[in-house]
Amino acid sequence: MMRLPDQLASGERLTFAEARPLWDLDLLTLGRAADAVRRRLNPEGRVTYVIDRNINYTNVCVSGCRFCAFYRPPGADDGYVLDWQTLAEKLRELQAHGGSGVLLQGGLNPDLTLAYYEKLVSFVHGFGLGVHGFSPPEIFFLSRQTGLSLDEVIRRLMAVGLSSIPGGGAEILVDRVRRQISPNKCTSAQWLEVMEAAHRQGLKTSATMMFGHLETREDRLEHLLKIRKLQDKTGGFTAFIPWTYQPGGTALQGQALGAVEYLRTLAVSRLVLDNVEHLQVSWVTQGPKVAQIALKFGADDFGSTMLEENVVAATGVGFRLNRDEIETLIWQSGYQPRVRDHRYNLR
Amino acid sequence: MVFSGFQDPALQPIQDKVAAGVRLDQDDGCTLFASSDLLGVGYLAQTVRERRHGRRAYYIYNQHLNYSNICVNGCRFCAFGRKAGDPGAYEMSLAEIYARVEARLQEPITEIHIVGGCHPELPFSFYLDMLRGIKARRPEVHLQAFTAVEVAHLAQQAGLSIAEALSALREAGLGSLPGGGAEVFSPRIRQRLCPEKLSPEGWLEVAQTAHRLGLNTNATMLYGHVETLEERVEHLLRLRSAQDETGGFLAFIPLAFHPANTGLSDLTGPSAIDDLKTLAVSRLLLDNFPHIKAFWVMLGPKLAQISLCFGVDDVDGTVMEERITHMAGAQTPQGLTRSQLRALIREAGCEPVERDTLYRVIEHDAAA
Repeated sequence: MMRLPDQLASGERLTFAEARPLWDLDLLTLGRAADAVRRRLNPEGRVTYVIDRNINYTNVCVSGCRFCAFYRPPGADDGYVLDWQTLAEKLRELQAHGGSGVLLQGGLNPDLTLAYYEKLVSFVHGFGLGVHGFSPPEIFFLSRQTGLSLDEVIRRLMAVGLSSIPGGGAEILVDRVRRQISPNKCTSAQWLEVMEAAHRQGLKTSATMMFGHLETREDRLEHLLKIRKLQDKTGGFTAFIPWTYQPGGTALQGQALGAVEYLRTLAVSRLVLDNVEHLQVSWVTQGPKVAQIALKFGADDFGSTMLEENVVAATGVGFRLNRDEIETLIWQSGYQPRVRDHRYNLR
Repeated sequence: MVFSGFQDPALQPIQDKVAAGVRLDQDDGCTLFASSDLLGVGYLAQTVRERRHGRRAYYIYNQHLNYSNICVNGCRFCAFGRKAGDPGAYEMSLAEIYARVEARLQEPITEIHIVGGCHPELPFSFYLDMLRGIKARRPEVHLQAFTAVEVAHLAQQAGLSIAEALSALREAGLGSLPGGGAEVFSPRIRQRLCPEKLSPEGWLEVAQTAHRLGLNTNATMLYGHVETLEERVEHLLRLRSAQDETGGFLAFIPLAFHPANTGLSDLTGPSAIDDLKTLAVSRLLLDNFPHIKAFWVMLGPKLAQISLCFGVDDVDGTVMEERITHMAGAQTPQGLTRSQLRALIREAGCEPVERDTLYRVIEHDAAA
């Protein structure tokens, strides 16, 4: 039985059976309901973003995910690990932009030790910058490589300055799909286990979902419900960031999903994830115009300045926005831009 | 649709009018443009769109031919026009134009869309030969050619009346006129941005003369630069009055201003919110226009797709080789394939319908 948008907006929790038909609503009705939730959670009409940069410390990765155009297998000619000099230059550039933190993400590189990761975090931290680092597959891999528990790996990284964890590598948290698109990556339970361990130690994390490949809408919904369930337990997720698979240059290939299905999925995410405060637009995959419209479909966060982006760019999708452009896009959409940090504290 | 309630209560009286089929006025138009309730405005437009077109969304298999960018006008919002001899100025010879047509004879193109500048020297015979030559090579194709601005310029150069020029062009193969060059009708805007361009009265005269001769035309509005919302509404209502008189407009196409490389490059251009709202308000005010078209080259395919839920029923076509918007920094691709267009339309919940220029349905097998 379909609930009307006003009932949806009341915040009453949706079951799987109630949420699944939301995708079949017309786009405007769905958006209207998601926008009502956004207004309830964020009545001031703020749209936040973070001044940060992405640093992809290595592209060497043993995972070999079929949707990825960024990684290089160990031994490849164009595999890299950033040297400290380059890293320092990148950090100084971010400081010149008034940045508050760095998104550190790389690959599952078997040549890198825990000592390297500790030095990396401590190096960035030494610049007075927050370290938003290492998606769950990286933490999980590090735990396997070192034989240390997840708790211990996270504790050691926190000890040298890790301040939050990005929600990458979630893809779709349904193992049937993961086996097809990323068979060597941690399972959905393991992904959630890393997040739970992080939340337990007081680290905030985001959560992502990459959709529009082999998964069904039911799989997406299962993904949302897994996030919601863990959030009930820990409350450690700051934001949810859905984005669409970009097929360029990947082994998986196929066609990219369009903007309407992106908006539908974004709105359903807002309605289902009643316990996650923020919902982030993906201007990197959707472009600035769709990102503006996404603010009317439940989103209240514009992501980050990035300064560089290598992972999506490897697929040939190359949107770029600087701080002024982000602020203009938010103002133009009728919202108040506010700078935040990686833990979603306003600055 | 089960849309529930407007966030902006000012939309309620407009909904009552729309439901009762009462024509909207200047104040209604301004209320709609000023509303922060984008989805509410979209919903109103969508009720009208569904009443007219159901779930159908049209596209066309077309070829764009921008034969020259040499132009005497020098409009400040334009990144395409050049004075003769300036760097970047070009004009295609007839042989080059024919070669471009011949290069794509194997494709199921139903329309060639021809737009250029107001060239100071090309003789009237050049345009007639262009149309005749294309028709000789591709007799079945519909030639949608020359904006009202070009037609007025050609007529003046040739010492002909508008009706005489249009008749001669029609005899040579002209099928209909595109809607460009209308910009914003406000005298204030034209004085500021394009003082040398054909006046609004002149633009409407060409369009209406064409209608009286049995030629259909489109209409446009270039928005998102220095015009006010009131001026947009005035523009739309003036088109609506003209359509009441002659009835030959097929589609209205709001054109999003692209600032890069223009004389107004310090502006940011319209937001996506504004893009969708302009399309939706156009659908609501232009109750006598059959079609509202989102030109994906300007909006991007993604926003064009979303616009199908905001009152739009046409996403233009395969295009290819478009120069005017791309010279203004558009990041959009040069063309979309038919299957890309169809998938884009389907994903928006609409039924793709291939049309010809006059909106007659083209039947083709599903495999195509």
